[in-house]
Amino acid sequence: MPQTLNYLRETASQTAGPYVHIGLAPGAAGFDIYRQELGHDIAGPNAKGERIRVEGLVIDGTGSPVKDVLLEVWQANAEGIYAHPEGGGDVEEGFRGWGRVITDFETGEWGFDTVKPGPVVPRAKMTSGVRQAVRESHPDWMGRADEAHAPMAPHLNFWIVARGINIGLNTRMYFEDEAEDNAKDPVINLIEWERRRATLIARRSLRDGIPVYRFDIRLQGEDETVFFDI
Amino acid sequence: MKPAEYYQRDRRLHPPALTPDYKTSVARSPRYSLISLQQSVSEVTGPVFGHNDIDPIDNDLIKNYATAGDPIGERIIVHGRVLDEDGRPVPGTLVEVWQANAGGRYRHKKDTYLAPIDPNFGGCGRTITDEHGYYYFRTVKPGAYPWRNWVNSWRPAHIHVSVFGRAFSQRLITQLYFEGDPLIPHCPIVQTIPDPAAIEQLIAKLDLNATVPLDSVAYRFDIVLRGRRSTLFENRLEGN
Ligand SMILES: [Fe+2]
Repeated sequence: MPQTLNYLRETASQTAGPYVHIGLAPGAAGFDIYRQELGHDIAGPNAKGERIRVEGLVIDGTGSPVKDVLLEVWQANAEGIYAHPEGGGDVEEGFRGWGRVITDFETGEWGFDTVKPGPVVPRAKMTSGVRQAVRESHPDWMGRADEAHAPMAPHLNFWIVARGINIGLNTRMYFEDEAEDNAKDPVINLIEWERRRATLIARRSLRDGIPVYRFDIRLQGEDETVFFDI
Repeated sequence: MKPAEYYQRDRRLHPPALTPDYKTSVARSPRYSLISLQQSVSEVTGPVFGHNDIDPIDNDLIKNYATAGDPIGERIIVHGRVLDEDGRPVPGTLVEVWQANAGGRYRHKKDTYLAPIDPNFGGCGRTITDEHGYYYFRTVKPGAYPWRNWVNSWRPAHIHVSVFGRAFSQRLITQLYFEGDPLIPHCPIVQTIPDPAAIEQLIAKLDLNATVPLDSVAYRFDIVLRGRRSTLFENRLEGN
């Protein structure tokens, strides 16, 4: 027998189930328990950049809205920096870049307010002071310079769980009005079928002067949203 | 050595999207393959939580909603560590749990099971792992409950568990089951997992050493998140 590799195995996923709200959004389940529920304020009061709203439905294979979904969003700030030790620098006080929303029990609509993220260097490991200089040569976050690591277009990362979803689904939302950046985005371009790329692009409109991006997520069927193994 | 990507997820131990015996998955499962991404900064980062986000009582489900005495049920402690695949502890990560009460009823406006709501039990808790990746909750053991899948489907007693880790690619929701529960092999949701060892890993073990004498029994449940590569040689990747 050769030597053994003593790796542990990842814990298996199980569906979040129909009562996910109790744990992750108890107010929506119908009771108040915590001093504060997490994920309601994504950008905080000090975030720079354009204030936007993002909305949509999650639609199942029968074409019906799914009314018991929980979505989490993870995003960079307007400078393309994530609020994380490896996020590329400092963010505004109060900017977490993470949010949690549920779909409405009656309509299936979900939505949140945030700021529009900036383009993100795919693998940046830098402080904000040197960010621009480093960005010219597109080094990865291990410090490797590589011209092919073009900046990623502004995007929101989503993670979607619900009853009937056995393991959380990862996808990305891009912005219709960033067509030039989208055309160069290394992740969008990884999708072999051009027709499917459109499933990741949110449509922009204005409501009371605020940009609203519409992002419907199709779990199945015609125009199934692209989901990623990250 | 510098930290690099998280290990590729072994999708063969996780449930696939489409598991017809769990009927709800049929219309909610993507049909196309997932597109595999080389991780960028968007995937190796994730939200950071601190003790300002939660309160110390949040991990005590016996007290965190009670107003007129303790909830009904077997008093238990659930404890363990959050580790990665390299066996390293994951400190400072948020762990959230939710569960039915001792009768198998959820405090949720969509749950209509005939078992009664317990006025002193909310059914959710949260905590942040310590520097050793250790966490603990106190609660009552949840009851089994029926659900609409086949005409006569029952969920084994379980606690739903949500964990963040350090990166969005480590995000995980799972369910904890209890050693010796005869409903486990009959449950279509448990059985969405194709790998018997992966199912075993979801079953918390009675931990007599951690019980509180004359008060609570304890169950041990370790949670393993994806591990992370280190960069040994900083070669430029071919074709990238
Ligand atoms: Fe459950």
